[in-house]
Amino acid sequence: MKYLILIQSNERSLAVWETMTDAERMDFGRGHLALTDEMIKAGVHVASEGLADPGLAAWVSVRNGETIASDGPYAEVKEHLAGFYLIDCADRDEAIAWAAKVPDAANTEVEVRPVLDMSQWDL
Amino acid sequence: MSPNALEDLLRACAPQVLGAVVRRFGDFDASEDAVQEALLAAAQQWPAAGVPDHPRNWLITVASRRRIESLRTEAARRCREEAAGREPEIGQPRGDDELALLFLCCHPALTPTSQVALTLRAVGGLTTAEIARALLVPEATVGQRISRAKQRIRDTGATFTMPPPPERAERLTAVLQVLYLIFNEGHTASSGDRLNRVELTAEAIRLTRQLHDRLPGAGEVAGLLALMLLTDARRPARVRPDGGLVPLAEQDRGRWNAAGIAEGVELITATLRTALIGPFQIQAAIAAIHDEATRPELTDWPQILELYGILRRLAPGPMVTLNRIVAVAEVRGAPAALAELDAATAADAALAQHYRVAAVRAHLLEMAGEPAKAGEQYRLAARRTLSLPERRYLDSRAARLGAGTG
Repeated sequence: MKYLILIQSNERSLAVWETMTDAERMDFGRGHLALTDEMIKAGVHVASEGLADPGLAAWVSVRNGETIASDGPYAEVKEHLAGFYLIDCADRDEAIAWAAKVPDAANTEVEVRPVLDMSQWDL
Repeated sequence: MSPNALEDLLRACAPQVLGAVVRRFGDFDASEDAVQEALLAAAQQWPAAGVPDHPRNWLITVASRRRIESLRTEAARRCREEAAGREPEIGQPRGDDELALLFLCCHPALTPTSQVALTLRAVGGLTTAEIARALLVPEATVGQRISRAKQRIRDTGATFTMPPPPERAERLTAVLQVLYLIFNEGHTASSGDRLNRVELTAEAIRLTRQLHDRLPGAGEVAGLLALMLLTDARRPARVRPDGGLVPLAEQDRGRWNAAGIAEGVELITATLRTALIGPFQIQAAIAAIHDEATRPELTDWPQILELYGILRRLAPGPMVTLNRIVAVAEVRGAPAALAELDAATAADAALAQHYRVAAVRAHLLEMAGEPAKAGEQYRLAARRTLSLPERRYLDSRAARLGAGTG
């Protein structure tokens, strides 16, 4: 089963970030690198990335075959996706155990979403 | 020899070669690496040089040499010279090697994902890249699963021998679970490029068939093989070209694989007469009844209901409870089945949470002539399912009932 662990950046997480010392921030970043490493070693890692500032985002739409890209309405966005881990593990419990190791879980919370699979079923 | 025939030959040889090498050197971990190298050498050399007269012996010799070379390197490092000078003697493949190998790969100390990866490589003879493509995960992830599994086997001191008889039945159950997991994994219909994907359903059937050849008297092995054959036989009619799901009752039964059905029915019929009964056999018997009905209305539902009653005692679980209730509806009518569903979900909180409850309730409400309530439940079920084709199917049922957009 694949699960996506989503990390949001919002007012609460920014407030925690503000209170952290440089050393704590460094540990936080290292914690993510160590977790990625641990996931790879455990054979559950599929992909993980931290995302750049939403101010750099482009909003893309296609109308009448024409691609229109515009800058995102980032100024008023209070919460945005800051990063993710995509893992492939045995079940929900294991996915939750991995999510608990994400450094952000100790400050705010992270979200665990099962990935839709294409498997079949008979009625 | 065509590339496909060569690949089939190598994969058929792989577990026997690995078995012979592990039996001689004792260490699964390093022997497996040596066999992988031998298989690679064969894949590179045989197309040009021709297939040797005794391909298995060739592979065993080459793998043994590799293993001895690495032993020599290790020995040299430790200044132990007595290991040098040994010439490889060819171990002969033995019938029970493959079986011991399969039991080792499905060792209870390993996680299910590791068991699957290791079985596909060591017994199925697939490369790490092929397994990664089949499971839709990165190659490095599969590589880690395999090396961790081998490490774990080394740590637990598990040996390359058949488990003693008291343990054997339990271990065989684990092996069958892994094979069934591989089969179900194979149902994953990739929306992308299927040509490059190893057919896991075919691989699971091949491995289960091998196991059945080794243990013809084991009823559950035969049951699982029959279940796979009978399920796979419906595959041509189960998915539309656009990936949409066709439910059993609406499938074009003329497109089912008649040869697969005949083999599965014959196998399960013979097995039920002689073997100790088990859950896979009952599930195969149910699949056989569906497959033998040339039209949905000819389905022998009373017999299916009886079989689910037995399955509920042998291996209770939410899917068994829900499938049995669907059979109740066919035999005793939708109101009786709805009453049973309400009673079952009231008595079992875990069942009430199960995502399939809404789909079953929708189906029963539709049968009972309650289209508005049914549509609501179909929409709820569509939101909760984890399968994309299933979601599309449930949404289309809701739409057909005119449930609006809510």
